[in-house]
Amino acid sequence: MMNTKKNPEIDMRTRIAWGVVLIVVGLLVLFLFAFSTEAGQVTKFGLNEAKGEAITIPDLLLPTQPTNYVLALILIAFGAFQLARGVKSTSTLVAVLAFSFVMAFLVWAARDKSFSLVGMLSSSVVRATPIALAALCGVISERAGVTNIGIEGTMLFAAQVSVIVGTTTHNLWIALLAAILTGAAVASLHAFLVIKFKVDQIISGTAVNILGAGVTSFVSSRFLEKNIDTLNNSGTLPAFAIPLLSKIPVLGPVLFDNTPIVYLTILLVAVLHVVLFYTPWGLRTRAVGEHPKAADTLGVNVYLMRYINVMIGGMFAGLGGAYFTVGSVGRFDEVMTAGKGFIGLAAMIFGKWTPIGAYTSSLIFGFADSLQVKLQILKVGIPPEFLLMAPYIVTMIVLTGVVGKAVAPAADGQPYEK
Amino acid sequence: MPVLELRGITKTFPGVKANQDIDLTLEKGEIHALLGENGAGKTTLMNILYGLYKPDKGEILINDQKVDIEGPNDAIARGIGMVHQHFMLVPVMTVTENVMLGNETTKSGVLLDREKVTQRIREISDRYGLEVDPNAYIKDLPVGIQQRVEIIKVLYRQADILILDEPTAVLTPQEVDGLFKIIHSLIDSGKSLIFITHKLKEVLHIANRITVLRLGQVVGSAIPGEVDEQKLAEMMVGREVNLVVEKKVAQPKEAVLKVKDLHVNDERGNPAVNGLNLDVHAGEVVGVAGVQGNGQTELVYALTGLLPLKSGTIHLNGKDIHKATPRQIIEQGVAHVPEDRQKHGLVLSFPLLDNMVLCTYYKPPFAKGVNMQDRVIAENGSMLVKQFDVRTPSIFVAASTLSGGNQQKVIVAREFSRPIKLLIASQPTRGLDVGSIEYIHSRIIEKRDEGTAVLVVSSELDEIIALSDRIAVMYRGKIVDILPAGATKEHLGLLMAGVKPEDIPDSAKKKSAGPVEKVF
Amino acid sequence: MTDKTVKPTPSEKKDDKFDLRQIFEGSYNTLLPLLAIFTGLVIGAIVIAGTDATVIAAWKNFFQAPGAAFAATWTSIATAYGALFGGSLGNPRDIVAGFQTYFSTGDNAALLKAIYPITESLTTATPYIFAGLAVAVGFRCGLFNIGAEGQFFMGALGSVFVGYSLQGLPAFIHLPLALLGGIAAGALWGAIPGYLKAKFGAHEVVNTIMMNWIGFRLSDWLLNGPMKSPGFRPVTRNIAESAQLPHFFPDPLRVNWGFILALLVAWLIYWLLFKTTIGFEIRTVGANPDAAKYAGVNIVRNFVLAMVISGGLAGLSGASQVLGVDHWVGQGFSAGYGFDAIAIALLGKSHPFGVVLAALLFGVLRGGATRMQSLAGIPVDIISIIQGLVIVFVAAPDIIRWLYRIRPAEHKQALQSRG
Repeated sequence: MMNTKKNPEIDMRTRIAWGVVLIVVGLLVLFLFAFSTEAGQVTKFGLNEAKGEAITIPDLLLPTQPTNYVLALILIAFGAFQLARGVKSTSTLVAVLAFSFVMAFLVWAARDKSFSLVGMLSSSVVRATPIALAALCGVISERAGVTNIGIEGTMLFAAQVSVIVGTTTHNLWIALLAAILTGAAVASLHAFLVIKFKVDQIISGTAVNILGAGVTSFVSSRFLEKNIDTLNNSGTLPAFAIPLLSKIPVLGPVLFDNTPIVYLTILLVAVLHVVLFYTPWGLRTRAVGEHPKAADTLGVNVYLMRYINVMIGGMFAGLGGAYFTVGSVGRFDEVMTAGKGFIGLAAMIFGKWTPIGAYTSSLIFGFADSLQVKLQILKVGIPPEFLLMAPYIVTMIVLTGVVGKAVAPAADGQPYEK
Repeated sequence: MPVLELRGITKTFPGVKANQDIDLTLEKGEIHALLGENGAGKTTLMNILYGLYKPDKGEILINDQKVDIEGPNDAIARGIGMVHQHFMLVPVMTVTENVMLGNETTKSGVLLDREKVTQRIREISDRYGLEVDPNAYIKDLPVGIQQRVEIIKVLYRQADILILDEPTAVLTPQEVDGLFKIIHSLIDSGKSLIFITHKLKEVLHIANRITVLRLGQVVGSAIPGEVDEQKLAEMMVGREVNLVVEKKVAQPKEAVLKVKDLHVNDERGNPAVNGLNLDVHAGEVVGVAGVQGNGQTELVYALTGLLPLKSGTIHLNGKDIHKATPRQIIEQGVAHVPEDRQKHGLVLSFPLLDNMVLCTYYKPPFAKGVNMQDRVIAENGSMLVKQFDVRTPSIFVAASTLSGGNQQKVIVAREFSRPIKLLIASQPTRGLDVGSIEYIHSRIIEKRDEGTAVLVVSSELDEIIALSDRIAVMYRGKIVDILPAGATKEHLGLLMAGVKPEDIPDSAKKKSAGPVEKVF
Repeated sequence: MTDKTVKPTPSEKKDDKFDLRQIFEGSYNTLLPLLAIFTGLVIGAIVIAGTDATVIAAWKNFFQAPGAAFAATWTSIATAYGALFGGSLGNPRDIVAGFQTYFSTGDNAALLKAIYPITESLTTATPYIFAGLAVAVGFRCGLFNIGAEGQFFMGALGSVFVGYSLQGLPAFIHLPLALLGGIAAGALWGAIPGYLKAKFGAHEVVNTIMMNWIGFRLSDWLLNGPMKSPGFRPVTRNIAESAQLPHFFPDPLRVNWGFILALLVAWLIYWLLFKTTIGFEIRTVGANPDAAKYAGVNIVRNFVLAMVISGGLAGLSGASQVLGVDHWVGQGFSAGYGFDAIAIALLGKSHPFGVVLAALLFGVLRGGATRMQSLAGIPVDIISIIQGLVIVFVAAPDIIRWLYRIRPAEHKQALQSRG
């Protein structure tokens, strides 16, 4: 009875919009970048980390102006094709757009200079890690129907506990475990409030954030500041190069020479993907988030599923908290998570509530973050603050549904009553 | 030996005795109908049997053994399966996923084995004539097929006792026939069935035995053939019931509403109304019959400005309103009793007096400029509560505290009390008790007799037939035919199922005792 | 057709569940917020004593000297809360003595010194009143404005810009302009998520959070670039005197006309919400957007309007702080006002008068916290802890009911219970 195919009119409009956007960006590349370079300028992209790799490959030398012309042409050609015929997949369009523009920008920004591409990619992966863990926390909680905006506070708790445990036990693995358990404990508080007491999930999350900032700052100024060596100096988990894999050019230093938390994150993405979409647990989790009553009538314990999934999410957030202390600097500073939990939520939405999507989005956000640092070094003249705004603006655009609508689980954020 | 026996089941909710000392037995291979008005306690009783509620008192016996049913898992394990009135299906999942949920088959104990379940679904489909594509997504399936998926879910769990809760509410008469065939094939293979309904004719047609509930108590049981509709209705309501709405012959005058070639998309952007034409005249009731989901909702939304038109024209008293906002339409003298009273009709958390001025709060005498006139609003509320017999302790209580019938009366009071030329009533009596239904029907006829044009949309064919002076049958977004008041149900049913008007056999147009007729 | 009149369809269920609406309606009575605050303070006391080294030491010797353990606990809590409330309300004896001196000699020095703490609390409460009203207006329209923080910051920047860039204007023109600058900046920051919500259904919670971070980054840039005062630090210049909200008393007492303005605005918002058609529409949209649309209310306009009012109030909050107290803006200026505002709106049941009372309470707590830190060595963050707890207790009244064995005041759905 119902025709569920997409509305052709809307399709037409988005198609034209995409075509126009591609062409406009192509022209921007042409005018902003290509025309402001001179013939003969060369951009050098470093593809090795100065660590004496076993195999070094030559750096990438690109003639600045021609490269920009080519990229501009690609964009315009794609735009024209899109207007004439239309490309099916929105992801292809996004990929072409993002890749061409970012490449053009980098080639232009690093003209006559050398720029370590590998260094930036590897720092993107590192910076993406806490965002990704926060996003995974969001994915599993919201798939089960519980919104958790208290990730930020959860990460703060976990970060602090892990550094204290790490300093007192001198064992960073125990510290990591403590962070994970702390995350689970804080998440279970949230779960308890929203499932048992049916507290509005946003309010409960806000309370967790306020408590997270309050308690950790309180403990920090009451204890940690006075006892740095005995309480707040844990050291950090060492990077661990995976034999052989880390020797692969480009990919090796970017992916396979990292701290355990980075590896664990990538592993968790894969595991969560399989669990969510290929196991009974995942089927039940998704059912509970989409139509809890249906799950209930088939004997699935909605409350239990929600409790456990929110707690698992808390464990991810806890691991993300540990990244800030034992994973990177080895000490706790007040409100050191600096909004990463919220960016994680954005990555979750951008990734359409899937683990792989969330991780990919986190990489993009991590890339923007590390790009911003590089640009300050390159002295491009674009205020880094604007680059830092990009992830937030992108998230807001995604939420409007103009670029591929992201649909939340149907029962997301709604308490279940029998 | 009965396969199921309920003894002395009692359940009380705050303020209401939902079930009082109910006894019920189900024999093997029996179709046992549970008949009662809305609110009689049928669903509560079945939810107790299915483990969704715990009874305060009483016991459940299955095959003569006393059992404790703590939750759906227990019920399923004991061979009880329930097809809920509101389908319990996850729209974004496939048929297979919905069927296996909660009872998954795995490969090597970890990964879902979709193929195996798909295979089982095919077997069940073949065996009972329940055709369905296991890989289809629920959201893409029409309601009739969704109901089959619900039945497959129950059979997949090897239930012997099936509970069907108001299964015919969303079906065409012909689909109902199909369902009854499925039911018979289930009985033939040794299942037993409880059939919950409030439709008298259905009960007489399909049941082996009938138990009637009223206000949470068993008022009696009967065997079809020994009772007739009138008798069952009296048992159900507790007094003599007038099954027809008394009304004079309509005196239609000029056309108030003229709809030409209307096209409307639903909220998701899919076409719902496709080239619809319809006129409604002052002083007549036009009923729109049709299976739910054929564009009736969108038609009403378009007429009241809640959805934009894609193309076509709507004229109200000669004025073009196809681009008008809901407010402009209201101000043209259109009253709207919405399909979903709690979604559109009321602000449940607001007190009655505010709900009574929901559409007129900004106009004198209720407001002067931006200042609301609290006293006038309160006086208006008190007056309407009296005039429309709304049972409420005060006009200051929230609308959420009223019963469904009284909530509907609040809406009727608000909409009928302002000067109107066109009344659009969508599912005006859904979920109400017989008393409220009679009251609202008589008010609608009263409006008609005052010279208002009335458009009634209802999925209850009985209601359409009782109220209408002309019946427009809607199918796939079009009015396929308009019949006079005396049309037969079989005729209407065939049209509702998509049979072309020219293909309807003459036998269906005459009042007769054909098989379809008996269904209702 | 249906056997249950309570919640047959998902859309009906919406009104059954616990959500924003029930915070200020229905079974909630005035006792619960008071108990929530009380419980928050008690737990705060436990945290204070429990983290106090002397108390811990005393309890270790509990079996030798049980009295000492209790005494140490009491001393710890009394010192802390004594400092907190002394620092925020002042010493009544000093105030009386101050009045006596003033009336007998006309010398107000002692009096001003005695009322200093309480005026500081009022000063602190001023931006809280505006910010709490901002969140409350959002709640009333069914919108969760987590972005009050960013709007506050933008409002502060807007007003400070008008405050220092215009010179030589008379105060009666300059001050209102500066306030408007703050309102406009905050309103803009609120309007964007409001519009996106209305037009695209984009969730305002996420968008207001995003707007916060965009605001912080933007202010980083502004304070390091275009709005930076000459000198090393990333701060703005001071505003002109003509843009300052006049103080009531000589320095160091900073309580100013902003407080009176806040009370007036609270009354204005009360009138707007409950006595006008504008408020009726906002509340209808908040309580049931579908019914509002049915009734001919323009949802898009009301979502945007509510967020503009909300953002404007949050902006005014920032403006009142800049124009009345600080006179310049630096990085990290907002310091959690937006999140405090959520607690205040919840505690005040989203009613303007309740918001004023809740804001005064938080003014007292925050005002005294600094003194508690210096006198008793308790970090000011204890207030955030108490605040988080109060939010939990207000949002989950069942916890309070359970703690104090209070029966639910009414079970309102008796009539329409299940059939």
